Amino acid sequence: MSTRQFGERVQRREDPRLLTGNGRYLDDLGLGALTAAFVRSPHAHARIVDIDIDDAWEVDGVEAIYTWEDLTGRVAEPLPVLIPHPALTHPRTGYCLAKDEVNHVGEAIVMVIARDRYLAEDAAQRIRVTYDSLPVVVGVESARAAQTLVHDDAPGNIAAHLLQEVGDVTAAMAAAPNTLTLDLEIERSACMPMEGKGVFARWDADEQSLRIYSSTQTSTGVRAAVAAKLGMPLAKVECIAPDVGGGFGVKIMHPWPEEVLVPWAARLLGRDVKWTEDRREHFISSSHERGQLQQVTVGFDDEGHLLALDVQFWHDNGAYTPYGIIVPIITATQLLGPYKPGAYRVEFWSLFTNTVLVTPYRGAGRPQGCYAMERTMDAVAAHLGLDRAEVRSRNFIQPEEMPYDHGLMFQDGRPLKYDSGDFPASLAKLKALVGWDDFAAYREEAAAEGRRVGLGIGCYVEGTGVGPYEGGHVHVETSGRVNVATGLTTQGQGHQTVLAQIVADELGVRIEDVHVTTGDTRRMAYAVGTFASRGAVMSGNAVALAAKAVRAKALRIAADALEVSADDLQIEDGVISVKGAPGTSIALSTVAVLSNPLRYAFDESSKAATQFAGTFDPDKPPVADDEEPGLEGQDFYSPTQATFANGMHAAIVETDPVTAEIRILRYCVIHDCGVMINPMIVEGQVHGGVAQGVGGALYERMAYDESGQLLNASFMDFLMPYASEVPHVETDHLETPSPLNPLGLKGAGEAGTIPVTAVIASAIEHAEGFPVRSMPISPSELWELRRKHAESPVPVPAQEGSR
Amino acid sequence: MSEQTTDTPPEQLLSISLRVNGVTRTASAPARRLLSDFLRHDLGLTGTHVGCEHGVCGACTVLVDGQPMRACLMFAVSAQRHEVTTIEGIGNDPEKLSPVQQAFTECHALQCGFCTPGFVTTITAYLEDNPDPTPEEAREAISGNLCRCTGYQNIVSAVCRAAEIRRDRADRTEIDQSVDLGTTDGEGEGSA
Repeated sequence: MSTRQFGERVQRREDPRLLTGNGRYLDDLGLGALTAAFVRSPHAHARIVDIDIDDAWEVDGVEAIYTWEDLTGRVAEPLPVLIPHPALTHPRTGYCLAKDEVNHVGEAIVMVIARDRYLAEDAAQRIRVTYDSLPVVVGVESARAAQTLVHDDAPGNIAAHLLQEVGDVTAAMAAAPNTLTLDLEIERSACMPMEGKGVFARWDADEQSLRIYSSTQTSTGVRAAVAAKLGMPLAKVECIAPDVGGGFGVKIMHPWPEEVLVPWAARLLGRDVKWTEDRREHFISSSHERGQLQQVTVGFDDEGHLLALDVQFWHDNGAYTPYGIIVPIITATQLLGPYKPGAYRVEFWSLFTNTVLVTPYRGAGRPQGCYAMERTMDAVAAHLGLDRAEVRSRNFIQPEEMPYDHGLMFQDGRPLKYDSGDFPASLAKLKALVGWDDFAAYREEAAAEGRRVGLGIGCYVEGTGVGPYEGGHVHVETSGRVNVATGLTTQGQGHQTVLAQIVADELGVRIEDVHVTTGDTRRMAYAVGTFASRGAVMSGNAVALAAKAVRAKALRIAADALEVSADDLQIEDGVISVKGAPGTSIALSTVAVLSNPLRYAFDESSKAATQFAGTFDPDKPPVADDEEPGLEGQDFYSPTQATFANGMHAAIVETDPVTAEIRILRYCVIHDCGVMINPMIVEGQVHGGVAQGVGGALYERMAYDESGQLLNASFMDFLMPYASEVPHVETDHLETPSPLNPLGLKGAGEAGTIPVTAVIASAIEHAEGFPVRSMPISPSELWELRRKHAESPVPVPAQEGSR
Repeated sequence: MSEQTTDTPPEQLLSISLRVNGVTRTASAPARRLLSDFLRHDLGLTGTHVGCEHGVCGACTVLVDGQPMRACLMFAVSAQRHEVTTIEGIGNDPEKLSPVQQAFTECHALQCGFCTPGFVTTITAYLEDNPDPTPEEAREAISGNLCRCTGYQNIVSAVCRAAEIRRDRADRTEIDQSVDLGTTDGEGEGSA
C-alpha cells in the first residue's frame, strides 16, 4: 500500500531548486534586455507644468523616453477600476504615466529605457519636471475634515460610503443596561515582500505575439489587462509568473502601470524590455494598507452579552481606488469574529489622501476589524470586572448554530455565512496552551521581582477561499510523469508540494512523479489569482477533481486492456492492478500510451498504441465518441461561498517599568483551517503571519509628514522585524473540516497576521492597567501614555485567573 | 518622445577579475558596478538576490574571502582578486545539498526563497566559527538578515540542524577514510 501524502509533513518539492541558486525570479530573466527606470513625483499633490527631457537624451545607451503624451490608444487612458461597487460613488484611478497632475509622491511621470539600469537612472536624473504644487491631504483626520480635496470632483474626499445594518441598533442600544464608546486608531504598514515588483516583456515580431513575465499574484489578470490596454487578441498574449519573492497582497493589484508600459514599449521597440522595482520605488509607489480611525459603541447586559454594536470607521484609501473598497468591506464584515453582536450597524467612509494607494495586505482589513472588536471585548470585560476570556466565550456562536448567517454581504458579494467552527473548543485549547488560569499567580511573582507583565488575547474568523473559481489540469505522460497545472500563482506557499500531495493520492502515483506548474497562462488560461487565503481551497479542490477524472479514464482504459471491470481495479504507485490479484496489472504509463491511438511510433513504448499493434477492437473507433485522446483531464472548482477559518491567539508581554520597552515573552496560537494538507506548511504560514503581525503591532508604520513625504522609505528607517524582534510561536491546531468542499479545506495564508495587533494591545493594556487605543505602539508612545495616565488615571481592573 | 543623438561619451569599462566559487572570472564593467549586479548580470550568477540595495536586508550576502559581505555595498572592482563564494558555490546541484541547504529543506526554513541565499551564505560562514550553537545563539546569528515569509522560527531550527548535519557528515567522512585505511576505529567527535 502506498503511503498517503495528504496530511503529512512532506518536505517541499520546490526547496532544492530555490536553495541552490536555481530559482528564477523576475530579475533573473532576460539577460541583456533593455531596462526601464522611472521619473517619479517628488510632490504629493501638484500640477505638472512642463517636462524637459532633452538633457536625458545626452546619456549614452538611452533607447527611449516616454511621457503621457507619447502613450497611444488605451494605454493613455486611466487604469481600470478592478472591483466596482455601487457604494464606490467616486472611484478614481491614475494613468500609466501621470497626465497633468500627480496625487502622491512616487507616482510615475516619465519612463526611460536604456541599455542598463545605471544608464536609465542617469538619464532619469537629467529630466526636469516643473510643478505647480497643490495643497496636500495626509491622514484620515485631514481627509475627513476635507479642508482641501485630493480630487476636485470627489467632494469631502469621499470615494465610498457604505452602511449595513442587521436588527434595530438604535432601539437595542437604548435598551442596553450598559454602553461604552471606544475611539480607536490603527496605522499604515505594507506587505514589503523581499522581492519588489517587476515585469519583463518579450515581443515576438514574427508571430506578432507578446510574452510577459511578471512578479504578480495573478498572471491571467495581467494577461487580460495588458491585452485590453494594448488592443491585442488574448490569443497573442501570454503571461507567466516565474518564481515570486513574496507577495502578501501587493502583487494582486494589477495592472500596475509598469505592467502595461513595459510590454507596450517592448512591442513598440521590438526589443526585450525589463523593469525591476527597487526598494525605494516599492515604498513610494506600491500599495500600503491598514490605516483607519474607528469609533465603536457597544451595548451589553451585566453578564457581558452584547446587545448592540454600532461601528463607524474612516478608511484611508490613498490617492486612487483601483481595487475598489474590498479592504473596508472586509473590515466591516469580519470585525464580528466568532461573536454574535446583537443588533449590528457598521458604516464606513473610504477617503482619499495624497498618499500611496491602499490595497489588500495579508489580512486585508481583518486586522483592523479584529482590533476594533477585541478592544471592545476587553473594554466590556473591564467595565464589568469579568474575565476577558469568559466575556468572549459568552458571546461565541456555538458549534450547533453552524452554519451561521450574519445577515451581511461579504467581500465576494455573497452572504456572510460561517460554514463551521468550534469556538469554545478553540478557546479551551488556547487557555490550556498559554496557561490562562495560572497567569494571575505568574503576574504576582513577576510583580514581586519588580517586573511588569500582561496577558493578551484575540480571536478572529477569516473568510477564506473565495470564488469565483480555479481550475486544475492533470496530464499523465507516457513516461509516467504527471503534469499538473493550475492557474493561480505562487509566492512561497508551497503549492508545488501541497498540490502534488493531493494529486498523488487521488491518482495513485508517487509524489516524485508529480510536477506542478502554477501561474502560467500557457498551461491554464482560466484562473483568478492568489489572494484571500484561497490557494489550497480553490486549486486544491480543482486539481483533486481533475485527478479524479484522469483516474476514472485510466481505469476505463485499463479495464478494457485487462478485460476486467473498472470497479475491480486499483492504482498504487502508478500501477493499475486487479484488487486481490496483484499479478494482473498494467502500468499507468502504458495506459497513457494506449490512451492516445497512434499512426507513428516515436519510441519503443509508443509502439503499443500504433494501428498494427493488435491491441484494439476493430469494431470500435480508435477514440470512442465520448472520449478524447490522451490520459489527461481538466476540471474547475467553484464554490457557492467562502469557507470560514478561525483562530485564537494569546501573548504574554513584559513592559520595562523604566524604559517602557516592550518584549513578547510568549506567543500562542490556536489555528483552525479545516483539514490540513501539510501541517509543516500550515505552521510555516502561521509563523510568518505572526511575524508580520508583530511588525504591524510594534514597529512598522508609514511616517508621512504633513507635505506627504514618506520619511521612512527604506529598510533603515521602516522597522521590519529581524529574528531578534519576533517571538517563538507556540502552535496547536483544531481541524474542523469545511462542509463546503470535498477535501474539507479552509484557507491558512493570512490567519497568523490577523489578530496580532489586537493581542499585543490587549497584553500591554493588561500589563499597564490603562487602555491602549492606538496601534502600533512604540516604547516612547507607551512612556507617553504612562505619563498621561499618571496625571489622570483610568484603571483597567485585571480579573483573570481562578479567584 | 523626441529622437536626438547622444553626445556624452560611453562609460569607461574596466576589466575585472575575481575568483568566484573557485574559478577565475573576468568581465568588463564600469567602476561603479555593484558587486551584486556584477555577479548577477555580468557573470550570470543570479542566485545572489537584491532586496534593498542599501545593505539592510542581507539577501545579497556573499562570502568574500570566507567572510559574509553585502554584495550591494561593494563595488565589483573592490572585489578584484578576492575569493567570492555565492550560493552557487555553497551548492548548485539540487541533488547534492550542503548541510545548511539540507537543514533548510528539512526544517521548512524557506517559503518564497528570495532571502534564502543570503541566509545560507551567512549561516555557512557562521557554522565554520561556531559549529555547535544553542538556539539563542542561532537566533542571534541570523539577526542581520530580513525574511518576510517565515517568521524566522524555522530558520533558527535550521541553523541548529545544519550543525548536526555537518557533524554527521564529518563523522561519515572519517568513517569512510578509516575504512579506506583498513582500520575499524570509526568514532568521530560530537556525533549527534
